Amino acid sequence: MCLGIPGRVVEIEKNVAKVDVGGFLRDISLDLCPDVSIGEYVLIHTGFAIQKVDEKEAEETLDLLIKMAEGI
Amino acid sequence: MSEEKILLAHGSGGKLSHDLIKQIFLPQLANPILEPLDDSAEIMNREGHLAFTTDSYVVNPIFFPGGDIGKLAVCGTVNDLSMIGATPSYLSLSLIVEEGFSIDLLKQIISSIHEVAEQAGVNIVTGDTKVVEHGAADQLFINTAGIGWIRSGVNLSGVNAKPGDKILLSGHLGDHEMAVLSQREGFKFQSELKSDCAPLNDLVRKMLDACPSIRCMRDPTRGGLATTLNEIASMSNVGIVIEEEKVPVRESVRGISELLGLDPLYLANEGKLIAICPPNEEEHLLDVMRDHPLGRDAEIIGKVTEENRKKVILHTLIGGHRILDMLTGGQYPRIC
Amino acid sequence: MKFVDEFRDKEIAEGLIQRIRKTSTHPIQLMEVCGTHTVSIFRYGIRGILPEQIQLISGPGCPVCVTPNGDIDLAIALSRQKDVIITTFGDMMRVPGSTSSLQKEKADGRDIRIIYSSLEALKIAKEHLEKKVVFLAIGFETTSPTIAVAILRAKEEGLHNLFFLNSQKRVPPALIALLQSKQVRIDGFILPGHVSTIIGTAPYQFIAKEFGRPAVVTGFEPLDILQGIWMLVKQIEENRATVEIQYRRVVHEEGNPIALSKIYEVFEKDESRWRGLGLIPDSGYRFKESYKEMDVRNLEVEVEPPKEHPECLCGEVLQGIKSPLECRLFKKICHPENPIGPCMVSIEGTCFTYFKFQ
Repeated sequence: MCLGIPGRVVEIEKNVAKVDVGGFLRDISLDLCPDVSIGEYVLIHTGFAIQKVDEKEAEETLDLLIKMAEGI
Repeated sequence: MSEEKILLAHGSGGKLSHDLIKQIFLPQLANPILEPLDDSAEIMNREGHLAFTTDSYVVNPIFFPGGDIGKLAVCGTVNDLSMIGATPSYLSLSLIVEEGFSIDLLKQIISSIHEVAEQAGVNIVTGDTKVVEHGAADQLFINTAGIGWIRSGVNLSGVNAKPGDKILLSGHLGDHEMAVLSQREGFKFQSELKSDCAPLNDLVRKMLDACPSIRCMRDPTRGGLATTLNEIASMSNVGIVIEEEKVPVRESVRGISELLGLDPLYLANEGKLIAICPPNEEEHLLDVMRDHPLGRDAEIIGKVTEENRKKVILHTLIGGHRILDMLTGGQYPRIC
Repeated sequence: MKFVDEFRDKEIAEGLIQRIRKTSTHPIQLMEVCGTHTVSIFRYGIRGILPEQIQLISGPGCPVCVTPNGDIDLAIALSRQKDVIITTFGDMMRVPGSTSSLQKEKADGRDIRIIYSSLEALKIAKEHLEKKVVFLAIGFETTSPTIAVAILRAKEEGLHNLFFLNSQKRVPPALIALLQSKQVRIDGFILPGHVSTIIGTAPYQFIAKEFGRPAVVTGFEPLDILQGIWMLVKQIEENRATVEIQYRRVVHEEGNPIALSKIYEVFEKDESRWRGLGLIPDSGYRFKESYKEMDVRNLEVEVEPPKEHPECLCGEVLQGIKSPLECRLFKKICHPENPIGPCMVSIEGTCFTYFKFQ
């Protein structure tokens, strides 16, 4: 129940990633989410990546939302 | 870089004080009114109403992307005079320096002041320097006061807003506060974000040339856009409605705000203004603003209403609404 | 911003509202448990665009709001010790304790620092080995793994001057307490999206299985919230009760196993006191034996006896039993500049939200 924002991984060094959030870069710990690659998106909370963002699911959710909105 | 530091003696009025003036201040800031170095500056009087303003600057860190405390000090006072329709003319410059402050850094700041004063077309005509013991001040505090004559034919005030008026904003919100924040311990993010610190008098002049019936102008500094609009709504006893999708905020500022739990509508700006104009003048005024380097990203963001007096209402991105209150107690970044 | 802006689309929002309007046939009350949902709902003005028969009640998911006075008093007492540095998330600064607040103590010169990550507390401890650095560990399951990581690192690196004031809470037990109380009628739950990225959906099954209510794990952008509400309305109209995930892009049924393992390496479940809800079994943590030395409650410190304003209704407000409007202090004495209880301090607090929204 806390603030979390998605960011794109641009660099990884050991367990710290440089993550791009809307054009600014921040160092994020990968201790809780070690299995990420450059180019993937992660959800950030208090300086940690807590989960990968599943791009396919995101797309599917959006598609569903668009269909729902149009289906009136 | 030399190792020379400011000593207590530099503020005592004796030889070192005079050296400081001769070697650092005069070379950069000299002008006929300042040069006599009398206790007071003598200024020839003029017809009309005089505007008079003062501000103190305690920003930390004193150097930040896009500016420094010196530039901020000049712009802040120039802008306050401009917001009331005055042509900024003369500034005072008072420094309170912490013992041990680097003389090189002081030179850099004076150089900054010189550069932006020239850009704004103002002169520093009187000043003062005090030095306090190590720990009694945080590096450097600056106070500036400024005067300028209000141009005839304009009447700008927070009490003038009327239902039906339109509200314009000159550009992106939050750049200054975020640029400063990015330099502070614990934030550590890299970005290209620069403070928007800039003198607005030239933009204001062109806006008033095009639309002398502008009701009010304000620069949304501490407390941000929301606080400024609340002040006007209260002073004019009107309602204000803002369209969230029209308010320009850079993506990086939005990103950092989301991450830290801050609201861009409450972030400080040092080179932006809002203008309230009568209905049907807003499109022309917008064109004039967009024609100017400091107004390229200007938008018409809202209007003044009869209903909901003294309240500022935001129409949200998704068509809902909420009340935008004044900033209370400072924004602390949140995690939750 | 990718994965954010697309979920704020106005046209889709309008379409979703229509869909909800068409699907909903009778009045229902939905509880949005999580404080961050409270903020998002308020920020986008969602209450105002939902059909009137759908009522949203704010729940106790505001960690600041449910922190007992005693914990804040302890933090304040610690801050008054000369060799202590308090590190905290910004949320806690203005919360009133029995007689003071961290903000007031900071103004009095105490060393209280706002940080943005538990790892910063670690850094400060390393930089100030001569001091005791105390981190106010407040938050839910989203934050607990990050706290566990800091503790594990501190132990690994042999740091002895870093302590944690453990005031963490777990969400599912609080939901049991709410469901068992007969005082508030909840027809469905909007479940916290980020807590659920950590704990998954298993901990919520009792809501549907034992209490027969639908529950949807929901994201925080406006379209997420609207879709979550629609999913709940649909279940209610179809007389179903299951736990569903709306926030599929980051929530999986199994949660984040690595994060969970970190928590349980350091902590075990324990009962915990929630402001307003009282003592709830298993709703917090205690340090495991090998990490006990980092528990700040081991330090000797005199704390004043806790005092709450007798007329403060935060407790009932947190449970959704009363609204801030029913509180005699609301707006008259208690307002953001002079908060009496945490519900007025926290930007997620129901009282604060009502104050701004009215």
